[in-house]
Amino acid sequence: MVDFSLWDILRNLLLAARWTVLLSLVAFVGGGVAGAALLLARIARLPGADRLVGVYVQLFQGTPLLMQLFLTYFGLALFGLNVSAWVAAGLALTLYSSAYLTEIWRGCVNAIPRGQWEASGSLALNLGEQLRHVIVPQALRIAIPPTVGFMVQIVKGTALASVIGFIELTKAGTMITNATFRPFTVYACVALMYFALCFPISAWSRTLERKLNRGR
Amino acid sequence: MIRISGLRMHFGSNEVLKGIDLEIGAGEVVAIIGKSGSGKSTLLRCINGLETFDSGALAVDGQALVHGDAAAMRMLRQHVGMVFQSFNLFPHLSVGRNVMLAPTLVRKRATVEAELQARELLARVGLAEKFDAHPDQLSGGQQQRVAIARALAMEPAVLLCDEITSALDPELVGEVLRVVESLADDGMTLLMVTHEMSFARKVSDRLVFMHAGRIHEMGPPEQLFGDPQTPELRQFISALNG
Repeated sequence: MVDFSLWDILRNLLLAARWTVLLSLVAFVGGGVAGAALLLARIARLPGADRLVGVYVQLFQGTPLLMQLFLTYFGLALFGLNVSAWVAAGLALTLYSSAYLTEIWRGCVNAIPRGQWEASGSLALNLGEQLRHVIVPQALRIAIPPTVGFMVQIVKGTALASVIGFIELTKAGTMITNATFRPFTVYACVALMYFALCFPISAWSRTLERKLNRGR
Repeated sequence: MIRISGLRMHFGSNEVLKGIDLEIGAGEVVAIIGKSGSGKSTLLRCINGLETFDSGALAVDGQALVHGDAAAMRMLRQHVGMVFQSFNLFPHLSVGRNVMLAPTLVRKRATVEAELQARELLARVGLAEKFDAHPDQLSGGQQQRVAIARALAMEPAVLLCDEITSALDPELVGEVLRVVESLADDGMTLLMVTHEMSFARKVSDRLVFMHAGRIHEMGPPEQLFGDPQTPELRQFISALNG
């Protein structure tokens, strides 16, 4: 039997952690763009958009992320699309984050007093100008803490991608455990790495929140 | 300047405007008076499309109000300025930027030019030194004067004032009313909803008394207060004095 030193374990986990980071970024950026587009469709009162987006959000918030991953991975295969675990995980997590982010941001936009819409509207600004110059700058201040908080959820959510065979931090942990038979050590290292990824983000969120509150 | 005919509107099953006909000429100063819930503010808000009326016609400066037509609405709103009870300044922008925003975006005015105009307007409302201040650093009266300057920056043909002193502490009402009075003196067309009866009597060319969604009486202040024709107006006036 080959002997694994702690460094071997850590090194392999760190290599796999890159994929966790990358998958998180894809989910966050993709979900952010899609979420913003969905929100825009709602604000612009596109016919049917409010109901459709409402159903979409309920669907993703009302089912486990694990099922969403399975359904994306095996569902796409059903349609003859043989996608890699990487694509399926990226897609599922993007959809998942878009549903949450669009709802978080909708709340932030709704928190802006109606008077701001009315005042900017009565100054003849069109919808785009109202959003860009009046609503979004104010909503952004409110949105930063919950958005950053959700980023942490995404990072942890990527762990589930291991079930469809995507080799990120958790999957790598399982594989190393199978080779080393030292589950406690390995999973402790895995947990620490998630913590090392998430803690700075939460800390940053708290700093931002403090800074924004002071600015008021 | 403003031409309203047969305007009707309801919120749910409640009809708030029951056929309003009103014409306001250029340079006229008109105050709408009446009890709360009589439809005064709703009528005012209809004039720049903040409320959607059900039937009737409305035109400002020859520009008809068409709901659902964004371009026509944008045109109309450039003719109509509005000042709100709750100021509604943009809290994330400096006072100067609040005034400059619409002219630079809608009128495509150059920043330098817009800034010059903003400084002029702020001087006119007595706040020249507040150009770089933020709204939350100002008193209510000052905020409302900035809101007036912001509306004037679009060079509207008509200025609508929706109970603009109702949210102010009593000692701050005077400074705002003085600005409005100076606008009236300069020949601005003004349509205001107000509870400041003595002010309305002093500056208005015409008073409009609304009750339960209808215009009950209108005419010069002396006539309405001196010789009220309807029991509703008599009751309204006696309640004021009582």
